Amino acid sequence: MTAGDGTGEQEQRQIRIPLLSRVEGRGGLDLDIAGGRITALRLRLVEPPRLFERLLEGYGYDQVVDAVARVCGLCPVAYQITAAQAFERLFGLEPPPWVRAMRRVLYCGEWLQSHALHIHLLAAPDFLGVQDALAMTADHAAALRRGLRLHALGTDLIGLFGGRAIHPVGVRVGGFHRAPAVADVARLVERLDAAIPEAEDLVHWTASLDFPADEQPFTSVALGHPSEYAIGAGRIQSGDGLDVPASRFEEQLQTFQVPHSTALRTRLDGRPYLVGPLARLNLNFRELPPAVRVVLDTLPTPVPTHNMFHSIVARALEVLLAVREAHGALQAYEPPAEPAASVRVAAGTAIAATEAPRGLLWMRLEVDSRGVVRDARIVPPTSQNQERCEEDLRTALERFGLGRSDAELQGHAERVIRNYDPCIACAAHFLRLRVRRHRITGKAQSSSQNSVT
Amino acid sequence: MTEALADRKPRLGVYAFSGCGGCQAVLLDGALLLALAGRFDVVHFAALGPRAAEAPVDVALVEGSVSTSADVERLRRIRDSSAYLAAIGACAASGGAQSLRGLARDGDRWLADLYPHPEWLDVLGTPVPLARYVRVDAVLSGCPIDRRELVRLLCDRLAGVAVRPDRRPVCMECKQLGVACLVVARGEPCLGPVTRAGCGALCPRGGRACYACFGPADLVNVAGLGARLAALGLGPEDIARRFRFVAGDVDAFRGAGGAAARGPETP
Repeated sequence: MTAGDGTGEQEQRQIRIPLLSRVEGRGGLDLDIAGGRITALRLRLVEPPRLFERLLEGYGYDQVVDAVARVCGLCPVAYQITAAQAFERLFGLEPPPWVRAMRRVLYCGEWLQSHALHIHLLAAPDFLGVQDALAMTADHAAALRRGLRLHALGTDLIGLFGGRAIHPVGVRVGGFHRAPAVADVARLVERLDAAIPEAEDLVHWTASLDFPADEQPFTSVALGHPSEYAIGAGRIQSGDGLDVPASRFEEQLQTFQVPHSTALRTRLDGRPYLVGPLARLNLNFRELPPAVRVVLDTLPTPVPTHNMFHSIVARALEVLLAVREAHGALQAYEPPAEPAASVRVAAGTAIAATEAPRGLLWMRLEVDSRGVVRDARIVPPTSQNQERCEEDLRTALERFGLGRSDAELQGHAERVIRNYDPCIACAAHFLRLRVRRHRITGKAQSSSQNSVT
Repeated sequence: MTEALADRKPRLGVYAFSGCGGCQAVLLDGALLLALAGRFDVVHFAALGPRAAEAPVDVALVEGSVSTSADVERLRRIRDSSAYLAAIGACAASGGAQSLRGLARDGDRWLADLYPHPEWLDVLGTPVPLARYVRVDAVLSGCPIDRRELVRLLCDRLAGVAVRPDRRPVCMECKQLGVACLVVARGEPCLGPVTRAGCGALCPRGGRACYACFGPADLVNVAGLGARLAALGLGPEDIARRFRFVAGDVDAFRGAGGAAARGPETP
C-alpha cells in the first residue's frame, strides 16, 4: 500500500490507497509528497464506464424512467423523478398538485434513507474512532440503532410508493403507477411521528462531534426555490451569483476528462464547485421550515459554513427536514381519482434538474415524435464534486501535517473524501463530452499539479 | 456448512464489479446487516469498511459485470480464494443494462463518442456476466436482488443444503397472490410470463406491467409472448427493447421481436 523512499536527502513519499472504503463504488487515491509539499494528488475513480447515455438511445420515454434508475443503486428515485419531470415539461404536462406533493414525499424518503446510511455506516466511524459501523455496537449501540431505524423508515417510505427501495417501480411520466393505500399511509404517519424526536436527537448528536478546524473557500451550487427547501423544483444557483433555469445550465458547464478517472469532470467559470447537502444548507437554510430552523438555531455549528466536516450536520438536518416534510404531507392523505395525468408525446429536448441526496442531478433527453430517445446527457453530483474534492484534499492534508505517518495521512484523506459521500457508480457511468476536448483537458491536467485557490 | 467450520464463524466477502451498487446496498440494510454480522465474519466489504480483498472466504457474494482486463484478474483471484461464490444481481448474472452495448451495431464506437481520451480507459468490450470467466456456484438474478431471496440463499448455505432460487415465472406469483392478469384483463405488455419469480409480483401488484428485471424463468415461450405483444399493437423493435432491458443481453430472450432479434438498432 505504501512505498517509502528513504534514499534521497529530502523525504519523498508515495502513498497509495488502492481501494477507498466506506464509499459507494470503486475509487482510490494517489498522493506524492516531496520536500514537505504535495507534488501529486490524484483522486482515482476506477469504476469501468457503463456508457449509459448511449444505452438509453432508442428506448421510449416510459422505459427511460426505469432505465436511468440503474445508474445508481443509492439514489434511483432521484434519477426517476428527474427523468419524469424532464419529459413532463417537454410534453407540456403539469402534474397535478397531488403528484407534486407525493413526489416530494418520495424524494424525502430517499434523502432520509441515503443520509441515514451515510451518517451511520460510512461517516460516523471516523468521528468515533472505530473501525466500522459494526464496531459501533460496542460503545455507540443506541446511536447506531436510532440511525438504522431512521434508515429503515426511509426505505419504507420509498417502498410505500415504489414497492422496493432500490429501483422502485412506482414513478411514471405524469405521476405514479398506483396511489398508496390509506391504511399503509396511516401506519407510516405513526412511525414518522415517532421519528421526529429521534431525528432531532440525531441533529444534536452530529453537532456534538469533534470537527477538525478546516475552513476553505469554495462555491456552493444548488437548486433554489423561493418558498421551499428546494428538492425537485427551482433554479440552479450558486454562492457566486449564478442563477439560471435548468435549461441553461449546460452552457455554463465546462466538462473534461483526466487520465486517472473514468468519470468526466465539470467546472463552472473555470473553477471547482460543491454540490450536496452542505451546499444546499449554505444556500437554502432560510427556506427550512420553522420547526427545523429552530433546531438549527440552537446548534453550535455556524451556517453557512465552509468546513466540509460539517456536512454530517447538514445531512442530519436534512434527515429532520425529510421526516417533518413527509409527516406533514401525509397527515391529511387522500388517494386521488387518478394517480397520473395522461401523456401526449411530443418531440424535442427534455431537461430537468433535481437535488439528489448527493447534490444537483441534471439531465437532458432528446426524443423524437414517438418519444424515443435520440440523444442523452446526464450530469450526476459526484462527477461535479471531483474537482472540489481534490482541491480540498490538498489543503486539508497540508493543514493536517504532511509529516504525519502514512497511516494517519491515509486515514485523514479518506475522511475528507467521505465528507463528499461520493457515489462512484453514478460518476463513472456518465457524462458526455463533445467540444473543447484538448484545450480543457490540458487545463485540467495542469490544474491537478497545483493547489487551486 | 462443513464440519471444519464448526469452531468458527464462516467468513464472508462482498465484492463489487461494474454496476450501480444497488445489490450491495440490499446488504447495507440495518437489521439484515446486524444479523449478517452475527452469523458471518465479514472479512471484505469495502462499502461497509472491511478490506481484505485477497483473504480466503467461505462465501463470496459478487455483484456487477466484468468489463476490464483488471476485472478478469481480480475475479479469478476471488474465485481462487472462495469456497463458494454466488453471483448476485442482474449485472453478475446476465451482464445488466450495460451489456446491451453488445446489441448495438456501433457499440464499439460508444467509448470514443463519450470520452475525449478513450485510450486512457481499460475496457474489454461488452460487459459480461461472471460465469463467462469463472465457475459460479449460485446465481441470484434481479435488478436489484430481492432481500428475502438473499437471506434464503445465505441460510441455505449456512445449513449446508443446496441453494435453489425460484425458477418459475412471475405469473405463478400473480396467481398465488390473486392479482388479475395484466395481459388478459388490461392488454398491458407484461413480461411476467417469461420472467423469473422472486420479486413477489412487485409490478403487477403495483398496477403496472412487469419489465423483466429478474431475467428469464426456466422453459419460457419467448416467441409466444412476442406474438401476443405484437397482437397488442407493439412493433418488432419495441418488442425487442422490452425483452432486452435492464437484465441485459440475456440468451433466453434472443429472438424476441422477430426481425428485430439481432437487437435494437442505434441510430
